[in-house]
Amino acid sequence: MNKTRTSLFHLVSVAAAILFLFPLAWAVVSSLRSPEDARSGDLLPAAFSFGNYTRLAEYGIGLLGYSWNSLFTAVLTVAGTVVVCTLAGYGFSRYTFRGKKPLFVVILAILMVPYATMLLPLYILLRNLGLQDSLVGLALVMIMFQLPFGILIMRNAFDSVPVELEEAALLDGCGPVKALRHVSLRIVTPGIVTIALFAFLASWNEFLAPLIFLNDGDKYTLPIMLVNVRSGTFGEIDYGALQAGVVVAMIPCLVLYLVLQRYYVSGLLNGALRG
Amino acid sequence: MTGQLFVAPAALTTLVLFLIPLGMLVWMSFTDYPLLGEPTWTGLDNYAAIPGDEMFTGAIRFTLVYTAVTTVVMFGVSFLLVAIANSNRRGSKFYRTAYFLPYVVGTAAATLLWFVDSDTVLGVFNQLPMTLGLTDEPIQFLATPRLAFWTTIALVVWKFIGFQVIILLMGLQSIPRELYEAARVDGARPIQQLRYITIPFLRPILALLFILSVTGSLLAFDQFLILTKGGPDNSTTSVVFAVYNKAFVSFDMGRAAALSVVLLVVLLLISAIQLPLLRRNDT
Repeated sequence: MNKTRTSLFHLVSVAAAILFLFPLAWAVVSSLRSPEDARSGDLLPAAFSFGNYTRLAEYGIGLLGYSWNSLFTAVLTVAGTVVVCTLAGYGFSRYTFRGKKPLFVVILAILMVPYATMLLPLYILLRNLGLQDSLVGLALVMIMFQLPFGILIMRNAFDSVPVELEEAALLDGCGPVKALRHVSLRIVTPGIVTIALFAFLASWNEFLAPLIFLNDGDKYTLPIMLVNVRSGTFGEIDYGALQAGVVVAMIPCLVLYLVLQRYYVSGLLNGALRG
Repeated sequence: MTGQLFVAPAALTTLVLFLIPLGMLVWMSFTDYPLLGEPTWTGLDNYAAIPGDEMFTGAIRFTLVYTAVTTVVMFGVSFLLVAIANSNRRGSKFYRTAYFLPYVVGTAAATLLWFVDSDTVLGVFNQLPMTLGLTDEPIQFLATPRLAFWTTIALVVWKFIGFQVIILLMGLQSIPRELYEAARVDGARPIQQLRYITIPFLRPILALLFILSVTGSLLAFDQFLILTKGGPDNSTTSVVFAVYNKAFVSFDMGRAAALSVVLLVVLLLISAIQLPLLRRNDT
C-alpha cells in the first residue's frame, strides 16, 4: 500500500519536474543544433554544432558586445547597491538622528510605487541630466529600485551584530569607519552576498528600463538585443540564434542561483515576508 | 551627525531618482506633454480622456481578467506542488529546485523561449504532440485571442509559480511540529489538521501571496510585448503596455502619465489593505 503511494508520488513529481525543466533544457539542446537539422522536423538532434552562437556573434556589435553591456550595467548596479545599502544599513542600525524615521519610510515607499510607472518621469529626468542613453544612468535607476530591499536586509544584519564588538574595536583606537570595516563587515557578509545577488539578477534580467532608456543600438543589453533578433531587425528571424542568445542570457542566472541558493532563499525570506 | 553621513548616499539617491520623478509624474499628468517641445497645462483633461480611450479601457479590462485568472490558477497549482515539495520522501529537495528554476531566469529570456517553442513549424510544443501522433495539425498558439491568452497564462504559471511554492513551503515548515503530534494524539483526521492547524497558521502568508500575485499581475508587461506583441487585435495589451504605447509610440507623455497615476493609486490602495494583514504577522 505504502509502496504504491510512494511510486505514485514520484510519478506525479517527476512529471511536474519534466514540465518545468524541459523548456530550459530544450533551449540548450536546440541552440546546439545546425539550422538544417532544426528544420528537418526530427525531434532529436542529429549533430552538434556551435553555428548558432557564431552567427549570433555577427549581429550588430555581436553577442559578446551586448553581453558586456549587460555585465557592465549589472556590476555597476551591484557595486552601487552594496556600497549605498551597507552604509545606510549601518547608519539606520547604529545611530539616531533627525529625520531617521521619515527617511526610512520614504525609502520603503519605493516598494509601494509600481516601478513601471516611474520610468516615464525618469526618462525625462535622465534626459535633463544628460544620462539618457547611458548604461550608467540605467545602473543608477536599478540601484534606486534595489534600495528598499537592500537597506532592510543590511539594517537587520547590523542589528544582529552585538554592539560590544564594535565598542571593543573603538576602545582599541579604531574610528567608526574602521570599526565598521574590520569588525562588523565580516559578520554581515551573508547579507552583502544576498543583496549583491538580487541586484545582479534584477539588473541582468531587466527589460523595460533599458528598452525605454537606451536608443543607441551599440548600448543595448542582452534582452533588448534578443527581442530585436526576434523581431527580425537583423534580417529574417533566426530561431537557432535566438535560442543560443536565450541560453547565454539564462545560464548566469541558473548558475548563480544554484551556487548561492542559501543566500537567495534567505533573501526571499527576509525580503518577501517582511517587505 | 555621523549617522546622517552614513545614510546620505541613500537619501540623495532616493531624493533625485524617486521623490523628484514622482513629483514630475504627477505634474506631467496634468499637462499636454509632447516628447519634444514645451508642455502646456491642461488640468484634468488627461484623466477625463481615459474612459473614452479605447486602448486604455481595453487594457484595463484585459488586465483585470488576466489578474483574476492568473491568481486563481497560481493558487490551485501551487497547492499541488507544495504538497510534493513538503513531502518527507526522498527527492523532494530535487523537485523543489526543479519547480523553482524558471523563476530565476529573466522574464524576457523565458518569454522568448516560449515564443520559439510555440512556433507552428519549428516549435517543440507542436513538434512533440505531432511526433507522438496526438494532433495532425499544428496548433496556432498565438493566432487567436483566446489561445494567445491561455498560452501567456501557461508561461506565467511556469515562470512564477516557483516563488509561490517556496514561500508556502517556508510557511509550512515554520508551523511547530508538536501541534500536529498533539492533534494526532487527540485523534484528529488529516482533513481536520489541515483545517484547524495548517490553514490558520498560513493565513498571513496566503494573504501576502495573494497581494503579491495581484500587484504583480496588474503590472505585467514583458510577456505581452514579447510573446503576443499585445495582439491579436490588442486583445492582450496590458495597462503598462498601454502606458508604454502612449508614451513611446504615440509620444503622448501626458496621457501616459495620467494612466500611470491611476495605476499607482490603485496599487497604493492595495498595499494599504495589505499593511494591517502583515502587522498581525509580526508577533
